[in-house]
Amino acid sequence: MIPFDYQRAADGASAVATVTRRPGAAFLGGGTNLVDHMKLGVADPDLLVDVTRLPYDAIEQLPGGGVRIGATVRNSDLAADPLIRSRYPVLSEALLAGASGQLRNLATTGGNLLQRTRCVYFQDVTTPCNKRQPGAGCSAIDGWTRNHAILGASEHCVATHPSDMAVAMAALDAAVVVLGADGERSIPLVDFHRLPGDEPQRDTVLEHGELITAVDVPALGFAVRSAYRKVRDRASYAFALVSVAAALDIDGGVVRDGRVALGGVAHKPWRATRAEERLRGAPADDATFAAAADAELAQARPLRDNGFKVAMARNTLVAVLRDLAARDQGTKDRP
Amino acid sequence: MTEPLRPRAIGTSLARLDGRAKVTGTAIYAFEQPLERATYLHPVQATIARGRVTAVDTATAEALDGVVAVLTHVNAPRLASTDDAELAVLQSDEVAFRGQFVGAVIADTPEVARHAASLMGVSYDEQPYDVQLRADRDDLYAPEVVNPSFPTDTDDGDVDAALESAALTVDQTYSTAMQHNNPMEPHTTVAIWNDDGLTLYDSTQGVHAVRTTVAPVFGLDPERVRVIAPHVGGGFGSKGMPHAHVVLAGLAAQVTSGRPVKLALTRQQMFSLVGYRTPTIQRVRLGADSDGHLAAIAHDVVEQTSKIKEFAEQTAVSTRTMYASPNRRTSHRLAALDVPVPSWMRAPGECPGMFGPEVAMDELAVACGIDPIELRVRNEPATDPESGLPYSSRNLVGCLREGARRFGWDRRDPTPAARRDGGWLVGTGVASSTYPAYRQPGSVANIRSGPDGRFTVRIGAADIGTGTWTTLTQIAADALDVPVEAVDLQIGDSALPMATVAGGSSGISNWGSTIVGVARAFRDKYGPDPADGSETEGETPDNPASERFAMHAFGAQFAEVRVHADTGEIRVPRQLGVFAVGRIINPRTARSQFIGGMTMGLSMALHEHSVMDPSSGHVVNHDFAEYHIATNADVGDIDAVWLDEHDPHLNPMGSKGIGEIGIVGAAAAIANAAYHATGTRVRDLPITADRFLP
Amino acid sequence: MQAQITLSVDGEQRSLTIDTRTTLLDALRERLGVTSPKKGCDHGQCGACTVLLDGRRANTCLALAVAHDGARITTAAGLEDGDNLHPLQQAFIDHDGFQCGYCTPGQICSAVGMLDEFEAGHPSHVTQDPTGPQQLDDDEIRERMSGNLCRCGAYANIVAAIRAVAP
Repeated sequence: MIPFDYQRAADGASAVATVTRRPGAAFLGGGTNLVDHMKLGVADPDLLVDVTRLPYDAIEQLPGGGVRIGATVRNSDLAADPLIRSRYPVLSEALLAGASGQLRNLATTGGNLLQRTRCVYFQDVTTPCNKRQPGAGCSAIDGWTRNHAILGASEHCVATHPSDMAVAMAALDAAVVVLGADGERSIPLVDFHRLPGDEPQRDTVLEHGELITAVDVPALGFAVRSAYRKVRDRASYAFALVSVAAALDIDGGVVRDGRVALGGVAHKPWRATRAEERLRGAPADDATFAAAADAELAQARPLRDNGFKVAMARNTLVAVLRDLAARDQGTKDRP
Repeated sequence: MTEPLRPRAIGTSLARLDGRAKVTGTAIYAFEQPLERATYLHPVQATIARGRVTAVDTATAEALDGVVAVLTHVNAPRLASTDDAELAVLQSDEVAFRGQFVGAVIADTPEVARHAASLMGVSYDEQPYDVQLRADRDDLYAPEVVNPSFPTDTDDGDVDAALESAALTVDQTYSTAMQHNNPMEPHTTVAIWNDDGLTLYDSTQGVHAVRTTVAPVFGLDPERVRVIAPHVGGGFGSKGMPHAHVVLAGLAAQVTSGRPVKLALTRQQMFSLVGYRTPTIQRVRLGADSDGHLAAIAHDVVEQTSKIKEFAEQTAVSTRTMYASPNRRTSHRLAALDVPVPSWMRAPGECPGMFGPEVAMDELAVACGIDPIELRVRNEPATDPESGLPYSSRNLVGCLREGARRFGWDRRDPTPAARRDGGWLVGTGVASSTYPAYRQPGSVANIRSGPDGRFTVRIGAADIGTGTWTTLTQIAADALDVPVEAVDLQIGDSALPMATVAGGSSGISNWGSTIVGVARAFRDKYGPDPADGSETEGETPDNPASERFAMHAFGAQFAEVRVHADTGEIRVPRQLGVFAVGRIINPRTARSQFIGGMTMGLSMALHEHSVMDPSSGHVVNHDFAEYHIATNADVGDIDAVWLDEHDPHLNPMGSKGIGEIGIVGAAAAIANAAYHATGTRVRDLPITADRFLP
Repeated sequence: MQAQITLSVDGEQRSLTIDTRTTLLDALRERLGVTSPKKGCDHGQCGACTVLLDGRRANTCLALAVAHDGARITTAAGLEDGDNLHPLQQAFIDHDGFQCGYCTPGQICSAVGMLDEFEAGHPSHVTQDPTGPQQLDDDEIRERMSGNLCRCGAYANIVAAIRAVAP
């Protein structure tokens, strides 16, 4: 870890101005990912601007029925919020499936979105990585790829995005509110994270100095019937092999509308638009759910060690949709 | 027969005497000694798997404010002995595995040390390397012996002929993964080198083992090396012998003008420097008649060692004594690779070595159509098949029967993949467990009477979480015929009398026997009312019975497994262990040892896998986020019980070691239950969700 | 870069000058001699460093000390009430909820924080009732305590100890 300066931000605009001016500066939230990376040598900011005390810590109802989540709201508080739990259970469940109780107490909404991949080669500065050092080469492609992408990867990077929360937000059509030197802009969450392409060093579309101030989740009535299912190698405290965030609107045995996103399968939270297309207007049965999953996963390109993710994602998606469809009759599936 | 001790404190659930210190966090571990003017050491590790260091740029690091010294192979103090290649730290430019120490920074603060270490530019002449264990390698070799001194191969009867003519055979290959011990307290050494010699606050399973190993490396008389370890945050074998970091700290302490040097390896560094369990590939062949009576057992193991130092895990040794079969063959073959040195990890030998055969027995049970417990009962030997000696006690059958009763085994339908609860396929499995009742000579205890009827009992033993502070106090109390409150135990310091390492589940047997022997000599000499300051010291007494009997602990492991039909997720909602281990010294701490071992067995079964990446030459999942050990949520309803076993031949306490048997067989029971749940036979650990997906 | 901070540690005000790189964990252990929180992984992957930070359980290994100037920290050493152990500490002894003891202070701080979270109605990953957890059953305890690894495998006894104290 190199020496760095530390400032506590006085307000959003000055924080943005400070970081924008200094190429080596970074915002500090809960620190659960950034400090980790600083210790590993993956990140080496020379100035940290601490934004945790800025007034972005509220969860507010928006006109029109949506919710604005402040960027510094802690993951645990967001998961426990009554409004979120009642209107967007998928979001609460996703948060609770991530990390641990004590990490969720530190981690912020904005920081969660900016988590970087858990690719072991990215985290090890002694192995080449295009994301860390563009042009260095990708160690993962010919290495250990059990946890890597099956969708949307490139020859330069096969990493996955680790967030659970962002998967739920992708399904919910959330938008990221960002403050930059030129003012505020709103970025649809599905466009916020990038696919690696030939610039895997860029996880998101944020410009240096732009600060996440909030995430807006629009009204989505049928999200009361939503769920997050995470499949991982341990029962808890592990990153997803595959996860599914979904919401279903069913009327008279027919799917009126649906929202589906996948986690653990791509460089970004993967909004499953092809699956959603198959769902709309189709009978709410296993055949539809399987067809939807197959439609989405037809584009999967597994690597040496992660072929299982295709079947796992397919089966998990079908299971989640089946559970949601049967929601009134039963409860969650657990051991 | 040894003269048995009359148990009074022994057998009671005395709460841990170090409990208060541990629940408040005030127990002092190696890194936590309050020391003035301490320095911090951060190592630099090789980033190639084989070759030579051609240059190290130390200038930038040395120029950093707060850096006390920078060490490389060029300037590091010379060691007196480099016979042990693992401990020959910074003595040459050779790199034998990725992650080896190639330098170190000593600085005033941990932040500066770490930063400076990252500024060390190391250049290499990289050479081709080989890190892949495969059973079909043409360079496998037979070691002279396997750990610690067992014959490499055995061959009794005619296995081939018996397999040829057997009505039923099983011939399968099983594998266990490379695993890392990962005690919660990282490997830590604080070294002080001054006129008195070398003082080490070390996280170790044996202060005397560290002293006797390290002293000649530095060319010091053992009397000039002192090792202190009152509390140790787990070891599981990896702290059983000193590794390279102890020597590195000692080297560094020679260049700091007497300032203490603090070194705690990072979790990542532990994956290349402190030993690990070798991966194993085990071919198991069983031949039996149609009633399941074994005619032949063959267990052929392939495993790895490092090129610089041999460690040969005794994986097939338990097969030699486990079941009655007239024809038995075992073998061990090693691949010497450009990898870190493998070493002890909880129940080396038995733990991986009871996986293949105990799953094979389950496969044989299925092939015979016989209940797997009944199959084991039918193959119970009258005497030790290996030595021909009678067992001092062997209650495997009792454990299996008692476990069956408690686990509800009689309600079990053997049909695989026939039970479903919601989305989960449900099954149950069983496996046998065993561990030798080892005993080593050479411990020394000192007992001295104080005022008010108190006694100080001194022995350089270790408590690595096993409960030694408590259980040795109980033994000493009974040996002296006084209440436990009258005993002041001192352990964890090489200034105390010699004691064997806390390993091989032999600590309590060795140290306890010694204390009992010395206590008896003390009472013989001084009687019931000794004068203040009366003192007796003595060594571990012989036990002639060990020549006449085979001495092993036995157990039975039961598991219920659930596998999700859609996702393949595997869970273990229920585990039961039943053990026959002689007398239990302290039921409270004993149960913890058993369920702790079983929990680590669950972790081995479902999670643990150090991924050696051939293209980089190192374990790439080298942290707790990627190398999974079981979390609280992975463990369900778990319990351990024991039979009331009286074995007068073992030692005065009548006890067998219990630190390791809990892990033995646990993974096989889970694998067998997973088969019963799903009909899918998984023969390679760990058993992850993808095994049950297409 | 240096910074001056003040921390309240187990009820005592402590002022110190630190390197901005110093984590809360290293500030406590190396600078203030408060070694109750342990360093097991230094990357937020084991929970041994857990303390109560301004009343909530938190990993201290990923928290920069400079960012927590003015914070109120309670470690396991500060949970005692005079000479009386906190009920959870006594329960850990009674149920043998530890062996080597290295993860134990973090487990106990985590358990204290976890019980407060439950009291406040926070759900967990295994909570079935959408209105919140009604009862802190074993599955709830296991899930909520999964951020604290224990290599000795004392989980079952940790759950028993917490169950004995839980409402």
